[in-house]
Amino acid sequence: MNLNASGTVFKYGDNVDTDVIIPARYLNTSSHAELAAHCMEDIDKEFVSKVKQGDIIVGEKNFGCGSSREHAPIAIQAAGVSCVIACTFARIFYRNAINIGLPILECPEAAKEIKSGDRVSVDFQTGIITNETTGKTYQAEPFPEFIQNIIAKGGLLNSIK
Amino acid sequence: MGMTMSQKILAHHAGLKEVKAGQLIEAKLDMVLGNDITSPVAINVFEDNGACGVFDNTKISLVMDHFTPNKDIKAAEQCAKVRRFADKYDIANYFDVGEMGIEHCLLPEKGLVGPGNLCIGADSHTCTYGALGAFSTGVGSTDMAAAMITGKAWFKVPSAIKFVLTGKPSKYVSGKDVILHIIGMIGVDGALYQSMEFAGDGLKYLSMDDRFCIANMAIEAGAKNGIFPVDDFTREYVKNRYNGEVLEFTADDDAVYEKTYTIDLSTLRPTVSFPHLPENTKTIDEVGSIKVDQVVIGSCTNGRISDLRIAAEILKDKKIAKGVRCIVFPGTQNIWLEAMHEGLFDIFVKAGAVVSTPTCGPCLGGHMGILAKGERCISTTNRNFVGRMGHVESEVYLASPAVAAASAITGYISNPEKI
Ligand code: SF4
Repeated sequence: MNLNASGTVFKYGDNVDTDVIIPARYLNTSSHAELAAHCMEDIDKEFVSKVKQGDIIVGEKNFGCGSSREHAPIAIQAAGVSCVIACTFARIFYRNAINIGLPILECPEAAKEIKSGDRVSVDFQTGIITNETTGKTYQAEPFPEFIQNIIAKGGLLNSIK
Repeated sequence: MGMTMSQKILAHHAGLKEVKAGQLIEAKLDMVLGNDITSPVAINVFEDNGACGVFDNTKISLVMDHFTPNKDIKAAEQCAKVRRFADKYDIANYFDVGEMGIEHCLLPEKGLVGPGNLCIGADSHTCTYGALGAFSTGVGSTDMAAAMITGKAWFKVPSAIKFVLTGKPSKYVSGKDVILHIIGMIGVDGALYQSMEFAGDGLKYLSMDDRFCIANMAIEAGAKNGIFPVDDFTREYVKNRYNGEVLEFTADDDAVYEKTYTIDLSTLRPTVSFPHLPENTKTIDEVGSIKVDQVVIGSCTNGRISDLRIAAEILKDKKIAKGVRCIVFPGTQNIWLEAMHEGLFDIFVKAGAVVSTPTCGPCLGGHMGILAKGERCISTTNRNFVGRMGHVESEVYLASPAVAAASAITGYISNPEKI
């Protein structure tokens, strides 16, 4: 996992659920590229055509609520997104993101203030989020050591080897 | 400091005397579950990791339920992959067409989970088994892969909210109305990362089917798990099904709860969740005039025999409104047989409904009842997110089987008390 991320923000609101992140009609595949091609389709038709490698998704509360489909963080990661920032995450999405190595940060202040199109950079080791467009910085909750260990080893499967 | 029921089960499986909310633990699992959508991803992870065996071939359940009988070639390929895996590792509990059911109806029915168990499933509604006094929670495919290899999973010990249920609900107030009421009250993130523990003398009016329905939707309040104490209903249910050791954990008297709510079940009304979140609830008296195009009765929330019985009681000798499609999905092959023997299918078909083989089908917008643009469905399922059952501009209203059946007759969301 990269220790830093920086990119343009795609901003959404509360309760972005796994059905809009990747609709069930596409769950008959586990191909990462196919999942990425439909990422966010039901909430933002233009997302897939606009997103660039390294871009950042920002949501507000309860991001990723709904089903346990790991296809949701996989679609986001495979679409090139480097990091998701939200006020809070739904718990299965949180687990899944960590387990597949998609960095996610809880930071209510940043999640509320950052806007679509802002340029944002993130330092995962310190949890510092910088909004380069406004110049404002935020401190996100750092990961507990146990989880840092999973991430450092490159995901859950490597950590149980 | 006292522990909640959930914390005691986690401590037991982690081999610890005590655990505290927020603590990260690793615990041994009694059952690991996957379905035809999540297992293929887990199998990829399993194989990429070079794993050469599963921890215990009797403690893994693979249920082909979402897109089965296979709806298209891709779905067929996904199931074929899981079938090959089940063959190769001799997975005892592999359920395919002919013996499958919707996973969360099937596992309790087959006695694959029991009181005091610790289960994870790569499906968010794995929380259903909390009805049996088990700690059970949904995870993703990577967790499932790791668990199939090691038989263990990591958990952050949750804090809890206590729901004290008192009083006797009226005839058409079911488990579904109780949980919709609660989600309406606390919101879709009202129990985020927490356990929902149910207690109180009102439990004696909630059948196992009601409890399965309530625990099923704990995830819709963001909870990690929902859990019921073990009582005579539970013991009776598991008696001739579950062969494992029944472990009855009870919360300590001084267990710490972040919040306690007391709910008098006698004051509840049949409840409906409006689009596009389960928390948008109204009582049946407040819904107004909402015309529906489709009615779905079934799913892991309300596809059990008592759900079908109440729907049949309302539909008996009645006709479904013109222009309304009513689709009934029994949860398992056994429930299907029971309903057939009781004559419920006669009632459904004569009323103008169709009865499907068990499948998740339309619940997740998979197949067998997808909605067109602008269409509305009243459904006994558990989610009404944007596009959940079809077109992004279609709408899903969540309700009990009684409300769904009443609505099928009138063509409008209706109060079963008035049919
Ligand atoms: S019936 Fe619906 S909620 Fe239940 S497991 Fe199937 S898709 Fe999920």
